[in-house]
Amino acid sequence: MSTPLLYALAGVGLCLLGLYGLIVYAHLLRKILALNIMGSGVFLILVALARRSGDSPDPVPHAMVITGIVVAVSATALALVLLVRFSAATGRNQLDDDEHSP
Amino acid sequence: MGAAMTEAGLFLLDLLLVLTLLCLAWWSLAATDLFKGIVLFIAFGLVLALAWVRLDAPDVALAEAAIGAGLTGALLLTTLSKLASSIDNPPAKRSSPVLLWVLLVMLAAVLGYAIMSLPQQAQGLADTVASQMGNSGVEHPVTAVLLNFRGYDTLLEMAVLLLALIAAWSLAPRAATSCEMDEALTVSPIVLALFRMLIPLMILVAAYLLWVGAHAPGGAFQAGSVLAAAGVLALLCGKRLEGRLAGWPLRLGLVLGTAMFVAVAAAVMVGGAHLLQYPLASAGKLILLIEAAATFSIGLTLAMLFSGQRPSRGPAS
Repeated sequence: MSTPLLYALAGVGLCLLGLYGLIVYAHLLRKILALNIMGSGVFLILVALARRSGDSPDPVPHAMVITGIVVAVSATALALVLLVRFSAATGRNQLDDDEHSP
Repeated sequence: MGAAMTEAGLFLLDLLLVLTLLCLAWWSLAATDLFKGIVLFIAFGLVLALAWVRLDAPDVALAEAAIGAGLTGALLLTTLSKLASSIDNPPAKRSSPVLLWVLLVMLAAVLGYAIMSLPQQAQGLADTVASQMGNSGVEHPVTAVLLNFRGYDTLLEMAVLLLALIAAWSLAPRAATSCEMDEALTVSPIVLALFRMLIPLMILVAAYLLWVGAHAPGGAFQAGSVLAAAGVLALLCGKRLEGRLAGWPLRLGLVLGTAMFVAVAAAVMVGGAHLLQYPLASAGKLILLIEAAATFSIGLTLAMLFSGQRPSRGPAS
């Protein structure tokens, strides 16, 4: 198995792990962690596939991933501010499931 | 023989890295203690930076180590300390229905098939970029793509960063006045001494990363995140912006990067060129100008996102 393929498949694994965590865990901080891991999986796939061009890797996906990392940290910061406000307003750290709410 | 051994050794290293990544991601999500989960997430980011190096992406490795692991980790930890309760033990889970597993298996099959069916060798846009390097004004392909060929993406990304800060400020309460802050916080003198030694060094590293970006891995985002780390360190040591700086000078600093980018992008249109189409003779200088302004604004914005509150103007104003 070639190096790019190995890393790309690991990226798929990270995406799936993140998606599982996002759906299953109720605590909102865990959901934000899970989203970040999913994002890292996508970045890993992109950069691994850029490595297929031999000696000098394709710089366009690299630039996209650097942009992506900065956008991800912006989104995470916003999500965390929302979480702090939600926690302060309700005293809880998780959202209600529709089916269980009274 | 020797080459084959190196090849096998490198493959083992790759395998080990990939397995470590997957395990760290899982432990970080499933940790009973949220604090432990965040620390494992930071470790995950650092191992991911190693993976970027193995994939010949040193620019991404620098950005990941500084922003992905460092700043995201700092943001997560400071949020955890503000939550009503940081205990989630055992982790609250919803029952995982069969449907979820069906979804995950199907997604794994589709994504796995999509990646396996791609050709093993593909040039992508590497040749196109290499042939246009002479027109970019810089010598490093990733910087050329970020600031010249796909400058529009980077311009919008600066706007996203600014937008995140505006949203965070409009949600967060105004900070307490600086006098109250100082009483609440006691910082060890050793940390303060370390702070005084580290700050000039970090500013120097940021300036180096900015300058070297023109011909080697580095650039505005990596430099900006080092500046942001300096800002986070200052905030942790109890330093706050003076009242007279927290008003419009701060806001000017925050928009400087985006404003400079827009100004240069529009100014080149006077000469009849398209938006962001720098004239060849001055492309290098224009890119450095944009990057310098962007570095300053990125550092300031990320540090302000960490503080999470609009700084108070203090009693003086």
